[in-house]
Amino acid sequence: MTQAPLLLSVDNLATHFFSQEGILEAVDGVSFDIHAGEALGIAGESGCGKSVTAQSILRIVPGNGKIVMGEISLFKNGESVDLVQLDDRGQEIRQIRGGEIAMVFQEPMAAFSMVYTIGNQITEVIRLHQDCSQSEARERAIEMLGRVGMPKPEQTIDAYPFALSGGMRQRAMIAMALSCHPALLIADEPTTAVDVTIQAQVLELMKDLQRDMGMALIVITHDLAVISELCNRVMIMYLGKDVESAPADVIFREPKHPYTVGLLRSVPELGEGHSQELDPITGSVPSPYRRPAGCPFHPRCPEFIPDVCDVHLPPQVELAGGHRVRCHLYVQD
Amino acid sequence: MAQADAVHSDVNAAHQASPGPHHGADGGHPASSDSVLVVNELRKYFPVLRGFFRRQVGEVKAVDDVSFHVARGETLALVGESGCGKTTTGRCVMRAIEPSGGSVLFRKRDGEEIEITALTKSDLRSVQQHMGMIFQDPFSSLNPRLTVLEIIGEPFVTRKLIGSRRELEERVAQLLRSVRLDPTYMRRYPHAFSGGQRQRIAIARALALDPDFVVADEPVSALDVSVQAQILSLLKELQTELHLTYLFITHNLSVVEYLSDRVSVMYVGQIVELGRTDSIFRRPRHPYTEALLSAVPVVETGKADRRRERIILEGDVADPSNVPSGCTFHPRCPYVQDICRVEEPRLVDLAGANGSQPHFVRCHFAEELDLQGVRS
Repeated sequence: MTQAPLLLSVDNLATHFFSQEGILEAVDGVSFDIHAGEALGIAGESGCGKSVTAQSILRIVPGNGKIVMGEISLFKNGESVDLVQLDDRGQEIRQIRGGEIAMVFQEPMAAFSMVYTIGNQITEVIRLHQDCSQSEARERAIEMLGRVGMPKPEQTIDAYPFALSGGMRQRAMIAMALSCHPALLIADEPTTAVDVTIQAQVLELMKDLQRDMGMALIVITHDLAVISELCNRVMIMYLGKDVESAPADVIFREPKHPYTVGLLRSVPELGEGHSQELDPITGSVPSPYRRPAGCPFHPRCPEFIPDVCDVHLPPQVELAGGHRVRCHLYVQD
Repeated sequence: MAQADAVHSDVNAAHQASPGPHHGADGGHPASSDSVLVVNELRKYFPVLRGFFRRQVGEVKAVDDVSFHVARGETLALVGESGCGKTTTGRCVMRAIEPSGGSVLFRKRDGEEIEITALTKSDLRSVQQHMGMIFQDPFSSLNPRLTVLEIIGEPFVTRKLIGSRRELEERVAQLLRSVRLDPTYMRRYPHAFSGGQRQRIAIARALALDPDFVVADEPVSALDVSVQAQILSLLKELQTELHLTYLFITHNLSVVEYLSDRVSVMYVGQIVELGRTDSIFRRPRHPYTEALLSAVPVVETGKADRRRERIILEGDVADPSNVPSGCTFHPRCPYVQDICRVEEPRLVDLAGANGSQPHFVRCHFAEELDLQGVRS
């Protein structure tokens, strides 16, 4: 995977929200790289900043949010563009959104307008990014709908989004996102709102599409199993910090950060039986407005070291095999 | 209510035949006399109305001929995808909504049997205090204008069970402690609590009147991953401490395996498989159960080789207002035969032949198919 060219490099990204309640440091110093064709999973609980990271890449951070620090470099044709420097309403970022980088959301109803057919909406995307006629765009849209496994695409293209079932809407949204052959697809909780059997269909589809189209993928989810199915690299976030990142097979076998260990142990696993012991993390995620000093995880951490963890923010420690962890336990001195 | 007796004897007939050997093997409970709940042929049809005059043009068979029992102290899980009728079943059992047909028999701790479906509204209230209910979303199930004391104390106040304010506060403090919350928080409002803490408050309220039987409808689905485990362990501990019987409604098969003794898999308003959780998960007998189990993504921790062949079902869950002919699962079933399209299979006990624990399956080919479970 490392031989593939670098596609996106996020360096020390910080996105904060400014409101009357104070400053919310939703993303605070996150770095990661994605190579062409790679699949990265970003996992964490609510409020960890995983969705805001994706919004920052596409420059669609809502209202009072602002990227305050860092670089997001997108590489295309040997040149790099720093997305942070672009005007978030300018021509350039609009070409990238839906063109180079596309996104699918948790709730497909939110991605489609209710008053246009899905065909109208997909052809609009195609014509916005590619120079082609209405009929060519329609043909491509039908082809794409067929590609995502939509039954009778020639007919469903003229359906309104509300007339489709949840699984079909999810497919239509994926078809729309992929209609311009993006180099990177960001999927934000792509299967959280659908049933188990539909989830299996969508996961299989995304795996196939990623392989066939050679695009890179960022999957944002709270479900580590979904990441394990789809991704070859994982980043775990907690309260705006990237606490651990490693290749998927490494992180699930040998998690280093106490938070990752806790997350893995707190989910009952299918096939482990009635007597399996859960080892839940104590407490709950604190309000992001009142982030604990030092390591943000220290009030819940079973390995807490007094006067270290609650005072100093742990540095990022580089372990063997591309495994990075932000924890005092692994600091050598 | 002329049919009440007939239905009643049906219940006994159906359940003496089945749970007998099951309980014998399961720690020697006497047969159906130890069921907290016996549900027989429960139905709930919702009308489909169209047009200006709201004419009824059809009906949604949300729950269609569902029968099961819940033994005292056990956890029965109802599992299935959205629209399968699991939540409607849970609500009909408590008569939070009125069933269209069938009977629900509730047996109190002192042995008194109550036909819930035959009660008047006022009698129902006195029975409902023996039943608690926990909902999915602790953000909408707690009244934001009431303090925790008022929320948990409400059942005592409305039923005039407690004389003084002091006594009430003591009871509420005790309940908060039982769900591992600090009793000094009782004057706060729900917004001051996290999702997990709110769910604990909701559990405390459900347990306020010391119920025997608790219906929990997706109690952890809305919570963060790390908090889900806390609530699951709490529910398990409370079950042992308070001798609770759970009807646990969920779509999450890992939770079913962790928490339940028996499981009932539902598909489009009907039970397709019902039996011991461990045996069903080891060897499912209905193709839908097999597909459900294989669809669950798992983390590859490298502990054991859990790579399984995934069965991807085609299409969507059938529309309950327009149920397919024959077996409702046949349009998606990978093992479909001609008979499945025409003839509706009955729920049959497979254990009948070899005398082991009951295992009900609604499939024409339950005996023949060699289906794959999650454990070897």
